[in-house]
Amino acid sequence: MTANPGMRFRTYSLLGLFVFLRPLGNLSLAWGTKHFPQVLSLNPAVYLRAMVDPFVALGIAMLILALLTRMALLSLADLSFVLPVTAIGYVLAALFGRVFLHEAVTIQQWLGTVLIFMGTGLVGTTSQNTTPNSKESK
Amino acid sequence: MKWILLSIVVTATALSDLLQSHEMKRAGEQSVGARGLARLLKTIAMRRDLILSIVCLAISFFAFMALVQAEPLSFAVPASASSFILETVLAKLVLKEDVGMRRGAGALLVLGGVILLAR
Repeated sequence: MTANPGMRFRTYSLLGLFVFLRPLGNLSLAWGTKHFPQVLSLNPAVYLRAMVDPFVALGIAMLILALLTRMALLSLADLSFVLPVTAIGYVLAALFGRVFLHEAVTIQQWLGTVLIFMGTGLVGTTSQNTTPNSKESK
Repeated sequence: MKWILLSIVVTATALSDLLQSHEMKRAGEQSVGARGLARLLKTIAMRRDLILSIVCLAISFFAFMALVQAEPLSFAVPASASSFILETVLAKLVLKEDVGMRRGAGALLVLGGVILLAR
């Protein structure tokens, strides 16, 4: 089943939004928790205090929006299409870690990002939706 | 214990994604604009299977947190990425998606990439 250009555009817009929102949300969450003065333990009160931190709150908001975006994406595209294509987020997470958190990225990890790019590109050449339109009739 | 936690992560993730994929396609095209988000939230609230999928996601998240607390990230991330393959197989068998050679090979390449990235 070939998607029309409009649907393809909407799919890739949601994909782009999700791929940026998730690593940005994780980055904001990591930044906020790393600079939070208390150690996160089993005590829920500490988590609640951490959630008031602006970076932690922003991270959680972005991750919730990322979840909703992925659900909207699944209304347009197959699960077996969405899973590998959204894995490009792992590459962005490595890049953000390198740039913003100054984490070291090894040659092996760069090779991993190349494999993810290749896999994502390969899946991106397939049709986004191969199931019959299963929308409920109202 | 680590294998039990890993099984919980993989099973709960796969179940959550299968439920979401099935229900979202039934619900019809969704968006995340201002009006789209309100409609999407209403759709989630009205569908038991979508709420169940979010519960599964939460179980997977907390099991993953427990896994990374006990085991190195270099084990937890690639091991839990094995859900890619399980979900691709289930997408073909349960959701009746057309998983051809290119999608299968792409999923394997991505899995290999995630394993290398997590080391």
